[in-house]
Amino acid sequence: MMRSIKQQPFRAAVLVLVWGWLLFLVLAPNILVVGASVMTRNPSTFISLPLNLDAYRQLFNPLYLDVFLHSLYMAALTTLICLLIGYPFAWALSRVEKRRQMLLIFLLIVPFWTNSLVRTYALKLILATNGLLNSALMSLGVIDEPAQLLYTEGAVIVGLVYLLLPFMILPLYSVFEDLRQDVLLASHDLGAGRFATFKNVVVPLTLPGVLAGVMLVLLPAMGLFFVPDILGGSRNLLVGNVIKNQFLDARNWPFGAAASIVLTLTMALLMFAHRLSKRRLGEEGA
Amino acid sequence: MTKTLLSLSGISKQFDGKTVLDELSLTIDDGEFITLLGPSGCGKTTLLRMMAGFEHPDEGTVTLSGVDITQTPPEHRPLNTVFQNYALFPHMSVFDNVAYGLKMEKRPKAEIAERVEEALAMVQLEDFVRRKPHQLSGGQQQRVAIARAVVKRPKMLLLDEPLSALDYKLRRTMQVELKRLQRELGITFVFVTHDQEEALSMSDRIVVLKDGHIQQLGTPREVYERPANVFTARFVGQTNFFPGRVTKIEGERISVDVFGLTRDLNKPSFRVAMNQSLHVLLRPEDIRVLAPDDTDGVAGKIVERNYKGSTLDSVIELEDGSHVMASEFFDEDDPTFDYSIGERVRVSWVDGWEWLLAEEGDEPLTDEEELAADDAEH
Repeated sequence: MMRSIKQQPFRAAVLVLVWGWLLFLVLAPNILVVGASVMTRNPSTFISLPLNLDAYRQLFNPLYLDVFLHSLYMAALTTLICLLIGYPFAWALSRVEKRRQMLLIFLLIVPFWTNSLVRTYALKLILATNGLLNSALMSLGVIDEPAQLLYTEGAVIVGLVYLLLPFMILPLYSVFEDLRQDVLLASHDLGAGRFATFKNVVVPLTLPGVLAGVMLVLLPAMGLFFVPDILGGSRNLLVGNVIKNQFLDARNWPFGAAASIVLTLTMALLMFAHRLSKRRLGEEGA
Repeated sequence: MTKTLLSLSGISKQFDGKTVLDELSLTIDDGEFITLLGPSGCGKTTLLRMMAGFEHPDEGTVTLSGVDITQTPPEHRPLNTVFQNYALFPHMSVFDNVAYGLKMEKRPKAEIAERVEEALAMVQLEDFVRRKPHQLSGGQQQRVAIARAVVKRPKMLLLDEPLSALDYKLRRTMQVELKRLQRELGITFVFVTHDQEEALSMSDRIVVLKDGHIQQLGTPREVYERPANVFTARFVGQTNFFPGRVTKIEGERISVDVFGLTRDLNKPSFRVAMNQSLHVLLRPEDIRVLAPDDTDGVAGKIVERNYKGSTLDSVIELEDGSHVMASEFFDEDDPTFDYSIGERVRVSWVDGWEWLLAEEGDEPLTDEEELAADDAEH
């Protein structure tokens, strides 16, 4: 009895901290965003009454619908490339000897210590007309004159993949770590070849990692506005650019808020799918 | 009548320069229950994985029914494995787990359903078809793993320490069930274990392995009663090693001095010389504990007693300080018999119940003794 009473203050402090965090830094901002999205644009105070759904209506403006769809396409392409690189990468990583594995993961994480903005500028130097890549290709005789690499959609995709690849690899690495070797052997033992084992055992068992990776890549890929700003020539390539422009340039807060809510809902949908796939594996509610 | 199903010849395997199997040869008969027994690191699991096709030998060949399968991948071998931790597919129901092998064979749906049901009935899990592995107990998962392996009607079932994760009681039940299954299916079982009791109670033949070499191959009775060397004697069951010295050789009989007692024994199969030292092996249950005033035996005192239910196990310290383990059954006439610590007794045994082994490696051997040791090993 004495013990549990003594532990109460600590317990309370932790709970207050957690709930306080969630309340003030997660719930409150989101409520503000939802609130802003249903208010009216006001050039001097940013937002004002009356409440209306104009901002949401504006989302269906073909112009913005196009941006959203194009953004989705860019993000999907980024995610696909990350998945195609990340999946075999994570698989190989999980099979490397343990000590080497730690080193490789460390190397994977090192870039996080540098601000992603700085890293994007570094990429700009590589892709520029007289940048590293063009000089290298020219001195190798592959091309005669500098190719236009920068300020293309391709450059934006490269930038997004570069920044987001670790977020695909890490959750995949974690599911491959959990993938037991004897389960694969059992599949072979029961008559399944490499492809059948991959299809029937490896893919279903790594699906939660794939979905987690997709969640961590797809959404940021739609929002990382500074990548098109730096590498894509400041066009409205991503939803993130639209949102940023509405808040900082066009001063249309309700519309910016509505656009970011669409992103949040997309995220929620993905998380729901992820939960379903995990439940299928019996990792929850056993 | 018995015909060879699988034969391994001259198998060698190294991992990172460490020899795991060393020119090992073994033939397994059709329909037998054979156990690979040994301490961890003896090569038993590697040997099993080689039969399954998960490992390939550096040297030597694996032949199944006369066909060389040394390089055949596991999916093309008509053998199936029951893994140590079951290795069930966690995302599939019990039905889909068991059906997996048949689906890979592209069997018709109706046949799959029928055979899966049959296999699950065999392991008494008919009512669990829709469950996922994580909804089953360890013992039930084990049964699914067995059903999944036997549903393909393999020529041989490979079991890699399948019972080691179960508690003692369940393990005993599964031992009986595995024996029953083996009888009903008539499939050859290759069973890997480090548990000598399990090996003795289940096997037709036991292969005792150490450091990648076969120490002994024989029936449980042979391995227990006539161990081929000191390792087997120590590893399988408990054994008292008494130091003996040959004092007389006369035809098929020899006299051996043990603790100052002269015992008249049958000449062992290995060569013996006068004054040669040898091990006189006696199982605890072969030891006779006599009253202190008996004329037979060696004097000692009880230093440990353990009540084991059906037996009373005691340790007797002899006057030279060596310890003797004895295991005596309770007698109908004297159900309360017991010892007190420090009680004076004498220790003896019935001539003919002992087993003689030449001394190995420990001490420098004379040429003749070396020959004798070799004889004992082969």
